Amino acid sequence: MGMDGIIVSLILATPLVGAAVILLLPERGKLAAWAALFVSLLTFLLTLHLPAHFVPGQSGFQFEETAPWLANPLIRYHVGVDGLSLWLVVLVGLLAPVGVVASWHSVRERSKVFYALFLVQQTAMVGVFVSLDLMLYYGFWELSLIPMAILIAMYGRNQTEGGGAHAALRFFLYTFISSAPLLVALLWLYARVGSFDYAVLRGAIATGALPAGPLCWVSLAFLVAFAVKVPVLGAHGWLADTFAEAPVAMGMVVAGKLGLYSLIRFHVGLFPVQAREAAPWMIGLAAIGILYGALLALVQKDFWRLLAYGTLSSLSFCTLGIYGFTLTGLDGALLQTVNEGIVGGALFVMLGFLYERYGTSQIGQYGGVARKAPVLATLFVMTGLALAGLPLLNGFVGEFLVLSSTFTGVNKGWAVAATAGVILSAAYVLQLVQKVFLGEQSAMVAGQLSPPVSQQGFPSGARDLRGGEKLVLVALVALMVALGVAPNTWLEAMEPGLKAAASVANPLKTPAASPAMKAGANGMGGKR
Amino acid sequence: MTPDVLRILPEVVLTVTGVLVMLADASMARAASRRSLGWLAALGVVGALCASVWQLALPAGTAFYNTVQTDAFSVFFHVVVCGIVLAAVLLSIDTLPADQHHLGEYFALMVFGAVGMCLLSSAVELLVVFIALEISSISTYVLAGYRKQTAKGPEAAIKYFLLGSFATGFLLYGIAMIFGATGTTQITEIASLIPAARSHSLVLLSFALLMVGVLFKVSAAPFHVWTPDVYEGAPSPVVALMSTAPKAGAFAVLIRLLYGAYPTLHTIWLPLLWMVAVLSMTVGNLAALRQTNVKRMLAYSSIAHAGYLLAAFAGVGLQGIAAASFYVAAYAAMNVGIFALITVAGGYEEKRALIGDFRGLVYRSPLVGGLMLFFLISLVGIPFTGGFFAKFYSFSTAMQGGAGWLVLIGLVNSGVAAAYYLRFALSVARPAASGTHAGETPRLGLAVSLAVGLAAIATLALGILPGHVLDAAHAAAQSFAAISGF
Repeated sequence: MGMDGIIVSLILATPLVGAAVILLLPERGKLAAWAALFVSLLTFLLTLHLPAHFVPGQSGFQFEETAPWLANPLIRYHVGVDGLSLWLVVLVGLLAPVGVVASWHSVRERSKVFYALFLVQQTAMVGVFVSLDLMLYYGFWELSLIPMAILIAMYGRNQTEGGGAHAALRFFLYTFISSAPLLVALLWLYARVGSFDYAVLRGAIATGALPAGPLCWVSLAFLVAFAVKVPVLGAHGWLADTFAEAPVAMGMVVAGKLGLYSLIRFHVGLFPVQAREAAPWMIGLAAIGILYGALLALVQKDFWRLLAYGTLSSLSFCTLGIYGFTLTGLDGALLQTVNEGIVGGALFVMLGFLYERYGTSQIGQYGGVARKAPVLATLFVMTGLALAGLPLLNGFVGEFLVLSSTFTGVNKGWAVAATAGVILSAAYVLQLVQKVFLGEQSAMVAGQLSPPVSQQGFPSGARDLRGGEKLVLVALVALMVALGVAPNTWLEAMEPGLKAAASVANPLKTPAASPAMKAGANGMGGKR
Repeated sequence: MTPDVLRILPEVVLTVTGVLVMLADASMARAASRRSLGWLAALGVVGALCASVWQLALPAGTAFYNTVQTDAFSVFFHVVVCGIVLAAVLLSIDTLPADQHHLGEYFALMVFGAVGMCLLSSAVELLVVFIALEISSISTYVLAGYRKQTAKGPEAAIKYFLLGSFATGFLLYGIAMIFGATGTTQITEIASLIPAARSHSLVLLSFALLMVGVLFKVSAAPFHVWTPDVYEGAPSPVVALMSTAPKAGAFAVLIRLLYGAYPTLHTIWLPLLWMVAVLSMTVGNLAALRQTNVKRMLAYSSIAHAGYLLAAFAGVGLQGIAAASFYVAAYAAMNVGIFALITVAGGYEEKRALIGDFRGLVYRSPLVGGLMLFFLISLVGIPFTGGFFAKFYSFSTAMQGGAGWLVLIGLVNSGVAAAYYLRFALSVARPAASGTHAGETPRLGLAVSLAVGLAAIATLALGILPGHVLDAAHAAAQSFAAISGF
């Protein structure tokens, strides 16, 4: 297939070119939105080429491209995809049109700038997943901050109080400052090894020729940068504000996958020895994070903040899976990363619709929305159940794999704590559903009160989902069911990449645990 | 044998241009618009730029009794300086009020200043360095006080003049000392004569005095105190010039001194420069955090950038020279760009000078606001901009020189710096508060567009395809090394 050699570059270039074209278009009606939808759908189609032509079971990277960029220092344009990054690239492609549809009615002014930056963000995120040269990776990593920060600042929800600008500053500084040591670490590695190439660096570190003391610091710098981005408990200071302010299309991609992927690829993958040393701490933080996030979510009065802490809790599941160093755990973690992207994205979009219609995120103002918007309510309940880990939906498989591998392979105490987190997650989701969608219609929902934060010109009040919105959300929910019913289809492609990561980290535990566990997951064995 | 005059061809072109501008100014009707003089000056600068590039074809060598040297190093800095002056002249054509008095002198002074700044990078004789420094400084002293009608303009000029002359005095003393110690003021000869110097302490003293003089000119801490006041008082187009071009020249002198005259004192000046680097970054960034005036903030940021640049000297030999040269070019591109936009958006009278005044700029003028964001992103040092590669190259050189701690301090500093750049960027990107006066839409004239376009393209090109400039910087370092025997 002739396209294999350039497909990754195409996926990277399409949104970028699209962004340039959108900037040149006249600002007229929904023109920019339509163009963005077209570009993002095109990009999504291109990403689908990857799983279609991906050879499962083959180790190493596929669809590789390499070209010199700079001779001194030696930086190459080197991209490629393996089982680890495959579904994440597709996920980015999938969420892009969803983001456009979610912004369709809420972004009304200066839509050109919004959609152009939105597409640049797509390129940056895909770039993070496919870069095999660490300097290139770092470039995309930093680049991904810029559209995010600008869009939060420009399109933040509480412009009058300047909340958007503060949230953007906070988000940017957290991530930027924590990635400064990452650059130092990269430069140190380059000074020693003379290359930024992932495979070369990995080989050089594996030989053990590099001094252990500095290497420990280097791995720590990697860990800190990624942990802030995920975020892991303790580094989550930016999360709640960002969720409360970010426009829907940005909020749904800001947390999770970039950081988690980087943890697996560049922390566990490059520094297996040091990662093992850090593992007990990370597992502890993750298990506490699951409980902490869920408990805080339980008492939030604002649904964005509830979603933020809920996300912290579900992301901690992924971290827990990664640092268990079992193949099952990694499988679960990666699947859970994808799940979180889909489920969290869908929740974000639906809460965005509520916000757009009623102009408030105070849970107490809502009540009985289900009667006015039955379709939205139904889809919300299904998504909520996926988050809570109901069997037959995608959340279950990931959580089950992580929990069972933690229970058998790591530590029973932490596994019990994490399982308690699952129950709490069901509690906060159901509580949210009950307060917002069920019960008596509140005065606001019934339309007797004007919305407190009036979104100028929005048709407030009773409207169920519009056509496009319905289509997108139904597709997402269908995907949750598909992932939940037949997880093996997806898991198989991931296997070789993860196996490589798991085997360097832990040569003994890998093979035995895997098949039985997956059989358990497939058989929908009850876990509670 | 190359005729001597060809070795100073760019300086000759600039001088002739300056004289022509003054003559034309005198012969024009009193009420006539002086804009055309700006275009004449710009044309002359372009000519000088072409002349410097043409000098690459000459064999590297010296002229006028070994006082002036042309090589890839001098050409590199000539091109940077001419580029900056060109942008500054273009910027002034559109933004200076047309009815302003002395517009002819203004353009002539810019061009005459450029003579000195160019000469700084080719001078290899300390007295010529001194003369070049004076030519460059005196025109900037006058230009700094160009807004006579404001209180801050003359204050800036006087401060800059007094402190600047003081610093030049240090430099002159240093020259006298080294002449006393070695019997020469020829940079390349000094190096070979230092081991046989009459008094080693005299050599050290001369070095210290020279450093004070030069570090003052690049506004590195602790010799930076003049910077914010002068930048605040001087007109923005002049700040665009003086925050970059004289510094470029001064850095060229610094490199010639360190690697040409005092390579044997390597063990002494290296830790000293590291200290200055750390101090500059930290003082500059911490002070910038607290500024509300945009120009003062950028003044402190320029101090911090001098610090990042000095970190490059931690690298061994040629790498350090190349990294520092690249940094000069990249910093010039983005800083000229941001000051050009501040002139456009803030107005020549600077009615809008505070960070909050730029609020909503993106909405009033997407182009100006968007470019402003772009230059700020480059100043932060985000990949795919010139600012990133400048920092990257400087720090990676320092890392290879074994100064990991310096790199760490530098990068933490650039994290701090991100806070104030971003505060400004977010102000630009935030919608104006309802009920406040939105301010008029800034207009981009032809000349300003050329200036901003030049800066923006340079910044972007240095971020995406830095290869060519890196090669030029390496060539500059190489040619330099061939002479001074590194």
